Amino acid sequence: MTTAPARPRRKLHSNRIAVVLVTPALLLLAGFTVAPTVYAFVLSLQQTKISGGLFGGDPQAVFVGLENYAAALGDAEFWASIGRMLAVAVIGVPATVILATAFALCLDARGARLVGFSRIAIFLPYAVPGVLASMLWGFLYLPATSPIGGDVIDFFGSREIFFSVANIAVWGVVGFNMVILYTAVRGLPGEIYDAAMMDGASELQIALRIKLPMIRPALVMVTLFSVLGALQLYNEPTALRPLSNAITSSWVPLMKVYSDAFVQNNIHQGAASALVIVVLTVAATVLVNVIGRRLQGRAS
Amino acid sequence: MTPRSLRRLAAAATATAATAALLAGCATTGGTGSDGGPVTLEFVSWDPNMETIVDTWNEANPDIQVELTKPSESADELVTKFITQAQAGANPDIVKVEYQSLPALIANGVVVDLNEYDSDLAGKFDDASLAQVQFEGALYGVPQDFAPLVFFYRQDVFDSLGLSAPTTWDEYAAAARTIHAANPAQYLGTFSAGDPGWFAGLAQQAGANWWSAADDTWTVAINDAASKKVADYWQGLIGEGVIKSDPFWSTQWSAEMNDGTLVGWVSAAWAPAQFPNIAPDTAGLWTAAALPAWTAGDDATGIWGGSAMAVTSDSKHPAEATKFLDWLNTSDEALALQISTINVYPAATSGRSLPELDAPPAFMSNQPDYYAFIGQVAPTAKSFDIWGPNATVTFGAYRDDFGTALQNGTSLSDALDAIQATSVEDLEKLGFTVAQ
Repeated sequence: MTTAPARPRRKLHSNRIAVVLVTPALLLLAGFTVAPTVYAFVLSLQQTKISGGLFGGDPQAVFVGLENYAAALGDAEFWASIGRMLAVAVIGVPATVILATAFALCLDARGARLVGFSRIAIFLPYAVPGVLASMLWGFLYLPATSPIGGDVIDFFGSREIFFSVANIAVWGVVGFNMVILYTAVRGLPGEIYDAAMMDGASELQIALRIKLPMIRPALVMVTLFSVLGALQLYNEPTALRPLSNAITSSWVPLMKVYSDAFVQNNIHQGAASALVIVVLTVAATVLVNVIGRRLQGRAS
Repeated sequence: MTPRSLRRLAAAATATAATAALLAGCATTGGTGSDGGPVTLEFVSWDPNMETIVDTWNEANPDIQVELTKPSESADELVTKFITQAQAGANPDIVKVEYQSLPALIANGVVVDLNEYDSDLAGKFDDASLAQVQFEGALYGVPQDFAPLVFFYRQDVFDSLGLSAPTTWDEYAAAARTIHAANPAQYLGTFSAGDPGWFAGLAQQAGANWWSAADDTWTVAINDAASKKVADYWQGLIGEGVIKSDPFWSTQWSAEMNDGTLVGWVSAAWAPAQFPNIAPDTAGLWTAAALPAWTAGDDATGIWGGSAMAVTSDSKHPAEATKFLDWLNTSDEALALQISTINVYPAATSGRSLPELDAPPAFMSNQPDYYAFIGQVAPTAKSFDIWGPNATVTFGAYRDDFGTALQNGTSLSDALDAIQATSVEDLEKLGFTVAQ
């Protein structure tokens, strides 16, 4: 027998197996991402109207076209919430990337001691759930309970609040990003360092001139994670909200969605706001990716 | 097929089956017994110690078993949850709801008229309580407690400064200045942007009437003169720096109530039940007095909170649910338990003469006639004509607009205008008729 006819059959088999293997993931994706999105889209085209009488009798959902989207885009508070989220991001994203890089390079330095312990210690905050971390930091910030000078510094001041929120977020994720960067640095071939040292490069020069440029792909990824994390800001401000007057119910976009849907009790407006944010988030992700690729392309 | 690809296929099949099982697990199957047999009623209430009272019922009523759930949400979040769950037909049988939220549940068809199941029920309450739950002849809830505003102050601190309980708001302001001058770390109170029901009570005392309705038309007056008078008064004290502007219920506030930074609290009849969680070290130091008046001799007060219990339209056993609520909120047996374990001041008329009210709540051991005092204050409590069907939206706007105003030092009066605009706009958007 020749092997020729067997080939297509084998291809057919592997295709079929691929389909079977992919199906569970696709089903979950369809059930838990696509279907809710479609449902949200349907909801976003409707509004609840009551039928008259003192208490309105039977409320009905009626089709209103793009009215909810117009309301979302025309709502000054919606854009203000995006502005506040960006303010936290401008503080938090660079802080996360710079601190994570610094920790990774320090741990990889030749003279570093207690590397294992330090790595765990820096990573540990990532294991603390965001809401718990926010409550802990809330205690640290509040004047009556603060051991870190809350009675001198107003951590809930109109300007300080952005740093207070960013600080919690950075504290939580810096360890995770550090591990990604540290792994990337450890993966670099040792001969390069030997060559550099023979050329008389100092430890600092090796770190900044050799290691840093070579882990650029990991840096782009860490930046992307941080930007995405900032866009999804919700836990920290929500947990801090009852502690002071500084944070409103629509302080960041995701809180605005929650507020629309579950405080204003307008699920339709909430769906429209949520979909607008999805579009903006995808756009931001693509943008960061493109910029990252450009930078990488220029490097190589 | 190679053994290896077979194994892969098997693994994939297992994964698919596991996923299917997972998905099936998501759809919980609940249900109550069929008619005739014993029924189970789901009951959602956040009252501490309610479980002991429910246990008492369950022991005596094997055919109507009540299953109590304590929610993790706040009372306002629960209201939205019930409205959302109603669309899925998934509400529990009985829900506890604060008076101001009941109209929202009625407007969304979440709760049913109880007159149909027990026509004697309404007769067990006075008009002030009924006004909170009875609309257009239908009884949408059984009142549990009645919560007039009263003023709590630290007797020891007042005594040491030679102060007595303020009888007017002018005296309250003077006391606030004296206390803060004597000890700059001490304050008579805080103005909370987190508690719209509290401010509503203060506005009620001043004569505000945020919502009224006639001929299916709503009138909304959240920024009326009385409300602005109250807002301006507190803004003045905050501006002077003799009253704080931190919200109630935060860790900060509890610590300050406990360590003597705060020596007064404008609160409601239910406060003694909350005090042990807020300021455990100060038991026996607080005294309750009548709310200061706007003009000397006027004994009116407002209401902060208070709740009813309602039967949902999703309940398959509304008659049994009504029977349980009747027992829980009007029988001497249950009310005696509620007074001694939850410290409620009962809404039911008969409950107000129970011997259990002769002993003060444990926290108020220094004021043996506490309940007698509440009994005197209760009939003077003013309320709005009715709570708006979107009171939750108004309350949300209060938290945002008052919070922002306090944070930025801008006008609380202007914030009331903003809350008024938000509330009217939302009512009109829903399709209600609003008088201009």
